[in-house]
Amino acid sequence: MSEDILNRVTKVTVEELGVKAEEVTVAASFTEDLGADSLDVVELVMAFEDEFGIEIPDEDVSEIKTIGDVVNYIQKKSGE
Amino acid sequence: MSFQDQVVIVTGASRGIGRAIAAAFAAKGAKVACVATTLANATATAETIGDSARAYACDVSDSASVEVLFEAILADLGTPSVLVNNAGITRDGLIIRMKEEDWDRVLAVNLKGAYNCIRAAAKPMMKARYGRIINITSIIGQTGAAGQANYAASKAGLIGLTKSIAKELGARNITCNAVAPGFITTDMTAELSDDFRAHVEKSAPAGRLGTPEDIAGAVVFLAEASSSYITGQTLTVDGGLSL
Repeated sequence: MSEDILNRVTKVTVEELGVKAEEVTVAASFTEDLGADSLDVVELVMAFEDEFGIEIPDEDVSEIKTIGDVVNYIQKKSGE
Repeated sequence: MSFQDQVVIVTGASRGIGRAIAAAFAAKGAKVACVATTLANATATAETIGDSARAYACDVSDSASVEVLFEAILADLGTPSVLVNNAGITRDGLIIRMKEEDWDRVLAVNLKGAYNCIRAAAKPMMKARYGRIINITSIIGQTGAAGQANYAASKAGLIGLTKSIAKELGARNITCNAVAPGFITTDMTAELSDDFRAHVEKSAPAGRLGTPEDIAGAVVFLAEASSSYITGQTLTVDGGLSL
């Protein structure tokens, strides 16, 4: 199940940031490794919200730094 | 036509400066969403413009209504390229007699309304990597006026808002500027005394009050694609009155 989440997170990240899928590793940091600025982060969060049908409140956003963080967060939110 | 097929949203479009702005964009090929507090008023403007205008009712001070408004505009017309925050009211009074509701209402419509609309427009504009946001402030926001503490505060607030939005969204090719009208011949200034009118005509280097079209021209200029290096600015259009 978490592999499916990782695939979808990767797809959204590639679409939003224009990076290559190979760069989207579990440890990749959005701002440090994938070149996201503050606006990119906001847009990414909204894209994840749309893709997974969840809401990600601002307090939680600051905890999400890497692809792995996103996958874990979504897993917890979907109660898997 | 420089705005061919661009979607332009104008709040407070029912009369005065808003109506002139809506007409000016339509004349340059835009599809204009005319927003007013009642559908009847918005329709009145849309009808004077014709097929390229659509009417919408919304109280911009109500953030839920603004969300609904933008969903409708996106569905009907598409992604907005230009947002003109023109909706504005006055509730004049001297400070010691200014009721809380008069303060709150003017701030809610004039300043919070702009925040609500910018917030709703920013999402699609950021996705499109293009936007022009123009806030209609006033020379009163810069000079103040006795009896208009609420109005002046709301208009000065728009200037700070304009600069912040310019800094935040510049990276997405979205500019945010303000136009500060002086004294313009509209319903809002219709009750000014003849003495005051004469004073403006004498003091303003241009020798007259302004027309809504004077303001519309400045707004259209800032909204052009070619104005992409102008952001965070307040363009004063007052015939030189405040010099």
